[in-house]
Amino acid sequence: MTGRILAFIVTLVTVALIVVGTVWPFQSALVTAGVDSGADMLRPSSSPQAAVENLATQIGRRDWEKAYSSLADKNEFEETDFVRDLAGSYPSLRSHASLDSFDVRPQHASADDAQVKLNLRWSTVVGTFLDTRMLRVVKTGDRWSVVWPLVKEPHVPPQVIAVNYLRWDVIYRGAEDDWGAQDVESPHVRIVDMHPVDRGGGVVIMGELLNEDVVPAFVNVKATLLAKDGSALATEDSFDKISHVLLPRQVTPFLIEFHNVALSQVDSVHMQPSSTLVAASADPVVEIEDQHLNPGSQASLSGKLLNQSGQVVNVAHVLGTFYDNTGQLIWVSDGYAERALLPGTPETFAMSVPPDIASKVKTERAVTTTYSSNRFQ
Amino acid sequence: MRSGLTFFAGLILLAAGQLALAQNGSLGLPKTVEAGAAFSIHTTGSGKGVLYIVGPGQILRRDVQLGETLSFAPGDMHNAGHYLVVLTGGSSTENGAFDVTAVHQATTLSFIAKPSRLPVDLHDGISGVVYVFDTFHNLVLQPTPVSFQLSGVAGAPQTRTVTSKNGVAWTKLDSASKEGAAQFEARAGNVTDKRIIQQVPGDPCKLKMDVRPDGQQLQLETEPVRDCSGNAVPDGTIVTFTEIYDGGQSTVDVPLKRDIAKTEMPAHKGATISVATGVVMGNEIRWGKE
Repeated sequence: MTGRILAFIVTLVTVALIVVGTVWPFQSALVTAGVDSGADMLRPSSSPQAAVENLATQIGRRDWEKAYSSLADKNEFEETDFVRDLAGSYPSLRSHASLDSFDVRPQHASADDAQVKLNLRWSTVVGTFLDTRMLRVVKTGDRWSVVWPLVKEPHVPPQVIAVNYLRWDVIYRGAEDDWGAQDVESPHVRIVDMHPVDRGGGVVIMGELLNEDVVPAFVNVKATLLAKDGSALATEDSFDKISHVLLPRQVTPFLIEFHNVALSQVDSVHMQPSSTLVAASADPVVEIEDQHLNPGSQASLSGKLLNQSGQVVNVAHVLGTFYDNTGQLIWVSDGYAERALLPGTPETFAMSVPPDIASKVKTERAVTTTYSSNRFQ
Repeated sequence: MRSGLTFFAGLILLAAGQLALAQNGSLGLPKTVEAGAAFSIHTTGSGKGVLYIVGPGQILRRDVQLGETLSFAPGDMHNAGHYLVVLTGGSSTENGAFDVTAVHQATTLSFIAKPSRLPVDLHDGISGVVYVFDTFHNLVLQPTPVSFQLSGVAGAPQTRTVTSKNGVAWTKLDSASKEGAAQFEARAGNVTDKRIIQQVPGDPCKLKMDVRPDGQQLQLETEPVRDCSGNAVPDGTIVTFTEIYDGGQSTVDVPLKRDIAKTEMPAHKGATISVATGVVMGNEIRWGKE
């Protein structure tokens, strides 16, 4: 009898929630759900907050035309500039991102002018990134419109950049070769540092891997935690917390996470670095400048990436290695540049660092891995 | 009573079979045959029969006139191993066995040289393993002298002679002090096989850079990077420049080009600039004054 009453209540509440969600939908949820029924789902822009919410919804739908036409300062730039600001001019994480959610935070308002903070959370294949815009909203007649603070993507003037960096190509052993025939040797790599720690209810293994060969290597590190009786507790690899392509004498940090395993259970760790000889190029060279460790509750390492080569880098992955005052490796973190790296044009990046770790950091080191749509490196 | 009769009939049949086999006589088989050589098998008895020879990867069937000698031409039996011979004639069957051995002269070598690329000046760094085969690709188990020779771009060649054991001969040699491709040759009799061993420079030695100002930038350039034997470190090797200044840091990984690495970094007064490659540190320069 009690079960029937419970089932009835659950059904009633579910129906009520469906009705509430349909009649008064949450703007951010509409974007996530991919609703494209047009302006009928938007509120009239009768308040600064409503105007910004409408704009964010249109951005989420990639309805660039409507979003652009709703702007108060649209006469100051073209729609293409607006699209480039949000989606990037060149293929990058930003151009392949979709708006996951947004939130609007009014800062202050007068009768015909308001300041609103818009947080756009973009979803990409490597995680989400936050795009924060401080918006001025002005009242024109009975409607509020957003003054868009356009971030103009730098334009690289037409030019020829001579690049003569080395490139390695590989011819592997063929199927027709004899059993004893020689094949190309795999690059020699070595773990030069390894440090397991108990963290967040699991075990984290971090370290550094060196390519000590004269050829490029595609590398990965696998670790197996062994119990006292020699049995394997868990096996994981570094996945994306490593720079997979290592040029000669290049060092990459790596981080391997094991969830739900305590360090006290672990007797030893079996490390398996692997390397494969791959074709690669020494170009592009990317400088990481103005690296700053920003302490605080949301500690981060930020800086700028400067592409010193002539090739557009579509995705740049930055790995940070953090050391304490004894030189001991204490953390590895990573981050991505949202926009493509244009030749000679600085682009910002940031990666989060746990606050308790940040307070112990004495030195840090950053390396980049770049991906170009016409080449893998 | 009935089962006792059946047992008795069985005994009679078995005795008759044994008698028939005795009348056919025995097989005249060689103990061993060299792979690819001609040989013959002598049969006794009378009537017609069929001879089967079953061995590794090979089966032969011949119709025979019992009492005659069956000849096999050169090349009929070429896989080394243990062969079973079955002769059937009438109601009887006769079994035998013989071995086919590899030809004693080596005709093919399987030469495994490892690694194909290694740093210079490495003791026992190169290993060579040779498997000796005859013309039919049988492993030659007879001890065979195999000579290994490593000749590099400079210096006298290193030579070792090893006698194969169970068909295998191996050795270890040092890499030369000068970089370049070395020829690693194995020889057994008049058969040779060759591999190329790339001897590459070792860890860089005495990494040193210079700094000169260029407007708001610093031009950083290393001296030619060489290993401890004086070999030029290959182009493409990554050299890391790090500039640490008040509250900030800049890093750039630059590949060597024509033995040197160079880059530009922003000029900060009081900055400490260091250079490294792999785990080898170079010099450190303090730029300007705060």
